[in-house]
Amino acid sequence: MDFNDTPQEAEFRKKVRSFLEANAEKRSTLAAKPKGDSGSSISSAGAPETVKGEDAAKVALDNAKEWQRKKADAGFAAILWPKEFGGYGGTPIEQVIYAQEEHDYFVHSGYFEIGIGMLGPTMMSWGKDEDKKRFLPKMITGEEIWCQLFSEPSAGSDLAGIRMKAEKDGDEWVLNGQKVWTSGAHFADYGMIVARSDPTALKHKGLTYFYVDMKTPGIEAKPIKQISGSANFNEVFFNDVRIPDSQRIGAEGDGWKVSLTTLMNERLAVGDPPGLDFDQIFEASKEIEVEDGLAVKNSEVRQKMADWYIQSRGLQYTKYRSMTALSKGQTPGPELSISKLVTASKMQDVSSYALDLMDMSGMVHQDQNPILKNLFQNGYFFSAAMRIAGGTDEVLRNIIAERVLGLPQDERSDKKLPFNELPSGKN
Amino acid sequence: MNFDFSDDQKLLRDQARKFLQDKCDRKSVRTILEDNQKNYDSDLWSQISELGWTGTAIPEEYGGLGLGMLELCVIAEELGRALAPTPFSSSIYIFAEFLKSYGTDEQKKKYLPLIASGKKIGTFALSETNGKPKPNNIKTQHTSGKLNGSKNPVSDGESADYIIVAANSDSNLNYNSLSLFIIDRNDSGVDISNLDTIDPTRPACTVDLKNVTCDRLGDEGSGWEMIDNIFNRAAVLFSFEQVGGAQVSLDEAKKYSLERFAFGKQIGAFQALKHKMADMYVKIELARSNAYYGAWALSTDSNELPIAAAGARVSASEAYNYASQENIQIHGGVGFTWEYDCHLFYRRSKLLSLNIGSIRQWKENLISNLEKRNIV
Ligand SMILES: Cc1cc2nc3c(=O)[nH]c(=O)nc-3n(C[C@H](O)[C@H](O)[C@H](O)COP(=O)(O)OP(=O)(O)OC[C@H]3O[C@@H](n4cnc5c(N)ncnc54)[C@H](O)[C@@H]3O)c2cc1C
Ligand SMILES: Cc1cc2nc3c(=O)[nH]c(=O)nc-3n(C[C@H](O)[C@H](O)[C@H](O)COP(=O)(O)OP(=O)(O)OC[C@H]3O[C@@H](n4cnc5c(N)ncnc54)[C@H](O)[C@@H]3O)c2cc1C
Repeated sequence: MDFNDTPQEAEFRKKVRSFLEANAEKRSTLAAKPKGDSGSSISSAGAPETVKGEDAAKVALDNAKEWQRKKADAGFAAILWPKEFGGYGGTPIEQVIYAQEEHDYFVHSGYFEIGIGMLGPTMMSWGKDEDKKRFLPKMITGEEIWCQLFSEPSAGSDLAGIRMKAEKDGDEWVLNGQKVWTSGAHFADYGMIVARSDPTALKHKGLTYFYVDMKTPGIEAKPIKQISGSANFNEVFFNDVRIPDSQRIGAEGDGWKVSLTTLMNERLAVGDPPGLDFDQIFEASKEIEVEDGLAVKNSEVRQKMADWYIQSRGLQYTKYRSMTALSKGQTPGPELSISKLVTASKMQDVSSYALDLMDMSGMVHQDQNPILKNLFQNGYFFSAAMRIAGGTDEVLRNIIAERVLGLPQDERSDKKLPFNELPSGKN
Repeated sequence: MNFDFSDDQKLLRDQARKFLQDKCDRKSVRTILEDNQKNYDSDLWSQISELGWTGTAIPEEYGGLGLGMLELCVIAEELGRALAPTPFSSSIYIFAEFLKSYGTDEQKKKYLPLIASGKKIGTFALSETNGKPKPNNIKTQHTSGKLNGSKNPVSDGESADYIIVAANSDSNLNYNSLSLFIIDRNDSGVDISNLDTIDPTRPACTVDLKNVTCDRLGDEGSGWEMIDNIFNRAAVLFSFEQVGGAQVSLDEAKKYSLERFAFGKQIGAFQALKHKMADMYVKIELARSNAYYGAWALSTDSNELPIAAAGARVSASEAYNYASQENIQIHGGVGFTWEYDCHLFYRRSKLLSLNIGSIRQWKENLISNLEKRNIV
């Protein structure tokens, strides 16, 4: 057992370090995210806009694009992607090394995570060569931003329950319906969408997957205000939206299979969310006074922090175990399914407890808040989203129970009937 | 990075598992549970000693196999899975580690070969009263080469041939007044009486000392420091034993949930139980990973050991407590019977989580060591 980099890994780490030192700003444990990063990913879904107004949002996006360009030029924007699409052609270990190093810097990445982490890999697996050449390089450089048009009012956890209609008309498809919770749809250039092409087929058989230009006539994205007060996700309406058949990804009726590629990559992409953890509350506990002195000296606080420490480090070491398996050519271990499940609740517990420690001042939530820069107030809201987005806690527990432990699948009534004969609720 | 056991170590694990499946089945565990006259499975003990397990991490020059601590971790996990009723932890994780770290060459030559061969058993006597052992409640006295006092509870004391005793050389009790002494349990001043424990397969006793002859181990006055260090080392080994037991608790809960039907289906199909088992799995995986980190720190003599050991200990104690408790729950009424094995794990998990200090204590150790690291 050892944690040493191999000579190649050490070389790579050195390259990453010198790139980051030259191009990014270091941050401290208790610092928030870069100002105005209201990016498309869930990782910033609950962060209130530090800079308000449309201009500020545009500035933030421009800054993020500028950073992404630099990162892409250096080859670090998509480490696992092949070189021909602008990736680094690297290994999972190199990806982890980059993430470890970037962790200590202020950088914007939220806007590009969905594209690079989930949608790009889907196109790589299922898309046509000309599409890959046309779209993937610009996804990496951040010139074009992508969103994921999956969830609908009646289909979230149960993604295959979507109703968005896709009707074939000659060489074109006509899309009608509504998507919801689409992060970043209001600034995205393109989106990937799964729609129902055959309502008379079984639920999982009648789906087809496409990409769309968000400027296509008939598409309208309306931001939805979130509990944090900001609006990073949208409802997106499709009204007689015509797209050519060439924008289909995978065969007609194979939409479910293609979606699974996206979802599998989602587990990878959101597997390591940043944010509030043991380190933040440990640092904060040295600044906050409770009844008997500094919080860090209070025995109850220490007992609680120890639990978060073992969860936090337990996940980190689980990742090391998986990396070891990967480097030996074995399939990755269990961390993909446990990471977000543990992290989201930990973050909610940590932030809620930190607010308790702050006592009355924990109530204050505004930009000028001098106390720990709103870190825990923001986390209090954001963590609530994390437990839902990218697979709810309950869905993740089901995945562990069924796929890892091999327990029986939930009984379901939706597998045998054609979609249009299934029971449904008022949505 | 290579955060896994080697192929040789995995081979050792497979062999140990097969061996214990054969020689340490539940029937033999229950024999020790139910027979008041037996403190441990002496047949099993001589067999695992013959295989060299007791000498795994003891240097060859002192009669051991001279393998590393990682190999000992592998064995600890298997002993935990099998619920092995032996004094392995007292004699090997603790007594042998004290000798290896603090014995003079003469002491090592005298004791370690006997411990490595399993011919003799050692243990450690610290606690004297309810609650956490600390300078003001360890009252056993050392005066002119003799020990007087009373220790309680002492794990595996009845089985032990040698006992390391924590005692004060000064009537003014403080952190620097504690030293360690080795005694022979056959000394006429040693009086041992059995105590019932929550897990009778892991016995304990009271040890009364009246003018007992002793041999000092390590520097005078450095008792607490040595105890901290050896408990850190033992904590990693215990954590593997705990992870082993926790995993079997989950496996057996799962197996039962697939066999038992209620309301027309396997109870393992009820989401309430599926989610419970998913939670067991998550806690066990986190514990296993923390234990691996502990193993790394232990095997490399890293100065991270106090943190790594405490993390492993807390994580494994919590995982095993949870898994064994919910294993009973998933079994329903039969889980509360003597006949079903659920209680064997329920007993063992709690006993192991107290053996070298409670979860509470280890959480405190963890945070105070993190504070120290921060200052450095
Ligand atoms: C901040 C944020 C950003 C998002 N971004 C995007 C995006 O960019 N693109 C996109 O397509 N979607 C996005 N989503 C949507 C997200 O994927 C869904 O919210 C999520 O899958 C849950 O679906 P739902 O909201 O319809 O809840 P439901 O599926 O209706 O769930 C409601 C409750 O029922 C529980 N439940 C459902 N099924 C089961 C079951 N089988 N067993 C037990 N319990 C069950 C759930 O766990 C939950 O507690 C985002 C969501 C959030 C919060
Ligand atoms: C100390 C003790 C005293 C008792 N005394 C009496 C008595 O005097 N008279 C008497 O008649 N009985 C008595 N009982 C029996 C008791 O009522 C049953 O043990 C209890 O109802 C559970 O049934 P079971 O043991 O068959 O477990 P099961 O019903 O097989 O349950 C096994 C597991 O499956 C879970 N489970 C079962 N169904 C579901 C479901 N639909 N959804 C989710 N989870 C489910 C359970 O919660 C449990 O975790 C006693 C039990 C005990 C432990």
